[in-house]
Amino acid sequence: MRFYEFEAKALLGQAGVPVAKGGTATTSDEAARIAASVGGEVVLKSQVLSGGRMKAGGVKFAATPDEARAAAEHILKLEIGGQMPRCVLIDSKQPVKKEYYAGVIYDAVAKLPVAIFSDMGGIDIEEVAEKNPEHVARVHFSTFQPLQEFKFKELVASLGISGNELNQISRIIARLAKAFLTYGLTLAEINPLAQLEDGSFIALDSHCDMEEEAREQQSAVLDELGIGREETRLARPPTEFEIRGAEVDASDHRGVAGRVVEFDGNLGCVIGAGGGSLTIFDALRKHGGKPANYCEIGGNPSVKKTCELTKLILSKPGVEKICVIMNVVSNTRVDIVARGVIKGVIESGYDPAEKIAIFRIPGSWEEEGYKILEKFGVDYADRTVPMSEAARRAVEKVKA
Amino acid sequence: MTQASGSGMFIRVEVDEPVASDAAAAKQLAGVCPVDIFEASESGVTIVDKNLDECILCGLCLAVGPAGAVRVAKLYDAGALLVAAV
Ligand code: SF4
Repeated sequence: MRFYEFEAKALLGQAGVPVAKGGTATTSDEAARIAASVGGEVVLKSQVLSGGRMKAGGVKFAATPDEARAAAEHILKLEIGGQMPRCVLIDSKQPVKKEYYAGVIYDAVAKLPVAIFSDMGGIDIEEVAEKNPEHVARVHFSTFQPLQEFKFKELVASLGISGNELNQISRIIARLAKAFLTYGLTLAEINPLAQLEDGSFIALDSHCDMEEEAREQQSAVLDELGIGREETRLARPPTEFEIRGAEVDASDHRGVAGRVVEFDGNLGCVIGAGGGSLTIFDALRKHGGKPANYCEIGGNPSVKKTCELTKLILSKPGVEKICVIMNVVSNTRVDIVARGVIKGVIESGYDPAEKIAIFRIPGSWEEEGYKILEKFGVDYADRTVPMSEAARRAVEKVKA
Repeated sequence: MTQASGSGMFIRVEVDEPVASDAAAAKQLAGVCPVDIFEASESGVTIVDKNLDECILCGLCLAVGPAGAVRVAKLYDAGALLVAAV
């Protein structure tokens, strides 16, 4: 779940990261009042979840409260990336000497958070990593052991920074890492982390994303920020198909069979297990397939739930066939999924042998599952067939 | 004689007399089945058709009443009967 900049600023401010004096406004008069109370020159920033604010004219400077009023008037009416601003953030303008980058993300390969630091801030970190990799340093840290500030010192020192600057920056990164762990974040980023003319450091812009599953645990923080439970913060509102998928998933406590995302393709997907959904989805696309949906099944969903998910996918206009592919399953039963899918296909008025391009779920109760598939003439594959190959076969059948 | 029975797309369940009309046995069947295929009443057991295909082949119901009085058949396997675990 993505936070607006003003929310990220509040979160990081609570964690002890130095942030600029300011406030948010939803009217131009309010913006002028905040600018007057901040004093001096201010920067006004549109609060949208999409990027490209600067280019779109969503960031403006103002030397007086009247200028701030005019700038806010403009920003509050400005649509950026299809979004109207939630509000405008008014921050005191800082005398910047140098800009740095500090971020923490989760490294899914190392299965650890990683702190990233660069002495080239204010620009896209991916661009810096690509063009100037020697200006980017990284260090992993534990989610269990207490945070060790020396690790962040080593990180900053590796780019040749020393003395008071080293101490200040590493302390800020340690606080950023603490916020990352405390608030269940998947991204905590300060860009730019500015060194001011007096030598002090301040976060001039920050981004935070929270793990969707952490919302319940962090409900007090979210309440404090005024983020309602109904606020999904998704890139777009869910489609009717996705809403119905969520209803299917919620209809029974057993397992997962839902979490669908709608696409335009012709190959329906009943996919999942241990990260399998993403792998299979990518494999289908790699082989030239056009998935009609993304979905997740696992945790041994009931026959009824799998049946309803299958029916939902088959009800989508343009779906020619479905593929049923999962990782090797241990806590999901192959025979139960086979029953659900076949029942869904038959109840939708189709022949499973025709409609199921491939069924590739090896694992628990597979012998029983394969008996069911044979009975209904469904083409199936066992664990000797990799998921990618199963995806290729499915794509080939749809193309044929 | 079969008194209570039902067939889904994959599973058929049969309960013979006198187990089927025995209230205590019915209660036991409803108690052991993890997917609610049996419903108990004073007059005995009823098979809940809509849940039949949820049968997980655990065999717990087979132990209620005399051997063979409760049968679970796999319709996808030429009607092969589920065998109780020893
Ligand atoms: S085998 Fe298990 S799941 Fe199936 S009917 Fe008997 S008790 Fe219920």
